[in-house]
Amino acid sequence: MYEGVVQDLIDELGRLPGIGPKSAQRIAFYLLDADPVDVRRFADVLIEVKEKVRFCATCGNVAESETCRICADPRRDQSVLCVVEESKDVVAIERTREFRGRYHVLGGAISPIDGRGPDDLRIRELMQRLADGAITEIILATDPNLEGEATATYLTRLLKPLGLRVTRLASGLPVGGDLEYADEVTLGRAFEGRRTVD
Amino acid sequence: MHVTHLSLHDFRSYPELELPLEPGASAFIGANGQGKTNLVEAIDYLATLGSHRVAADAPLVRVGAERAVVRASVERGDRTALLEIEITPGRSNRARVNRGPLPRPRDLLGWLRSVVFSPEDLRLVKGDPSDRRHFLDALLILRSPRFAGVRADYDRALRQRNSLLKTARQAGRGKGLETLDVWDGQLAAYGGELLAARLALLDELGPYLAAAYRDVAASAAAERTAAVAEYKPSFDHPDTRDRDVLREAMAEQMRERRRDEIDRGVSLVGPHRDDVVLSLGDLPAKGYASHGESWSFALALRLASYDLLRADGDDPILILDDVFAELDRDRRSHLADRVTEAEQVLVTAAVAEDVPTGLRGRRYDVAAGTATRAEEATDA
Ligand SMILES: Nc1ncnc2c1ncn2[C@@H]1O[C@H](COP(=O)(O)OP(=O)(O)OP(=O)(O)O)[C@@H](O)[C@H]1O
Ligand SMILES: [Mg+2]
Ligand SMILES: [Zn+2]
Repeated sequence: MYEGVVQDLIDELGRLPGIGPKSAQRIAFYLLDADPVDVRRFADVLIEVKEKVRFCATCGNVAESETCRICADPRRDQSVLCVVEESKDVVAIERTREFRGRYHVLGGAISPIDGRGPDDLRIRELMQRLADGAITEIILATDPNLEGEATATYLTRLLKPLGLRVTRLASGLPVGGDLEYADEVTLGRAFEGRRTVD
Repeated sequence: MHVTHLSLHDFRSYPELELPLEPGASAFIGANGQGKTNLVEAIDYLATLGSHRVAADAPLVRVGAERAVVRASVERGDRTALLEIEITPGRSNRARVNRGPLPRPRDLLGWLRSVVFSPEDLRLVKGDPSDRRHFLDALLILRSPRFAGVRADYDRALRQRNSLLKTARQAGRGKGLETLDVWDGQLAAYGGELLAARLALLDELGPYLAAAYRDVAASAAAERTAAVAEYKPSFDHPDTRDRDVLREAMAEQMRERRRDEIDRGVSLVGPHRDDVVLSLGDLPAKGYASHGESWSFALALRLASYDLLRADGDDPILILDDVFAELDRDRRSHLADRVTEAEQVLVTAAVAEDVPTGLRGRRYDVAAGTATRAEEATDA
């Protein structure tokens, strides 16, 4: 245990994903040694990101204004919606340049272990977006792991009765993994080969 | 296959070890607690990504160190591969083959195969159903590594479903169960696949088991009593090895017992509740077999695994950890006769005299975290 604020810093860093106690300590001492100007800039960005960045009112993606760039872009296809778990999945799919429609970010996957059920995801917002009938195809691009599959199955049962075309990314994605880790070519191919689910 | 070189870094009691190995029999001799089991455990970990002694990874890392590394050169026919696993408790492990990183540690399975005999094997006969399920699944994965994924997905689906049931029970009847159907589907899909594979495996293992028991026990009485392993499922299902039929049967049972499951807040149907009943003649081994008979049965299960893997066309590395001290003279020599032909056998014992002559081969003295090749054995 270190004194006061040093220990506080280590504790805070240790709460970040993927950072264990040893790394937290290493980063803390790096910051103690670093140029005050650099540390100040780092702290400013942290505060700024929380103040400025919001979530798009339409799709749930990170945005700097009310609506994100993709939802605001009139050239994007209004009839296709790609459903993903997180904003970082939007970035991964945008990199492939295969998809010209719009997104819907759920904010995670169904996972009872983590206390996350359908009500904790942006599913109600999704259903509202479908109400006016402009969207005719839904691509389910949740992660190719157990929770992602469960979420896709749950959504399929919800969406099928609405008479939409519901598709799932083609296999070939590394099973058990995260969408964001798939390389562009594989992910692009998975889009092209998407299949209607029943 | 055989290992030609083993390197350990902060594994168990070894800060650093470089150990050249040869095909045939090698005996690791040393007093209690000197690191004999640690050494063979390292090889088994590369083959199975688990230890026959502990379920968690933390005890495998030398006290005070952050991570352990196990590396082995494996020769299979005329091909050599350098396998490596870095064990970091609390984080995901990292595996490499020929220095190239693998996407997941699980992808290391299949590069090295080993069968371990150890005093813990008595649990296969006397222990809980989970010990026997583990035996079956480990053998299944050894034969086709793909099942490591099926098993992991099944376990995860089970945890998710149990968590849902438990929360629903706490919240009051029927609340929050909108996704139960989805988890039922997942559990039945992986469950059907696992069940089909276990049944097929036992079908194949049966004849090898009976023969191995006769060889090991090798008494007039043993000639007359057949050693049998029979699958005991947690639900009635058609007599088939078709995973789709079994999936349907499991899903059906889950529908039937749903009330019960919601009331109790746990999943009651599926391969996680199954067992394997071992019997000698008309009597179950558990609770009836003598100590010696139980030992013979446990050895026979391991031998049968070994024979089955050999029949697949792959000579796994045999590890006999401290088993001879537990056996009487007849069983010792019967076991030794059965394994001298193996491409590589690694034997550990506290005293050299416990190792049957046929297996003394090359001898290594193990003391205080080092293993040194002893002068050629002079005992005749
Ligand atoms: N993570 C670890 N870090 C340091 N030492 C360890 C670790 N795990 C085990 N040991 C030590 O290794 C020793 C046990 O080694 P091992 O089980 O290989 O003994 P052995 O030679 O097989 O003995 P026996 O003849 O009793 O079976 C113990 O003394 C134990 O303290
Ligand atoms: Mg030992
Ligand atoms: Zn948007």
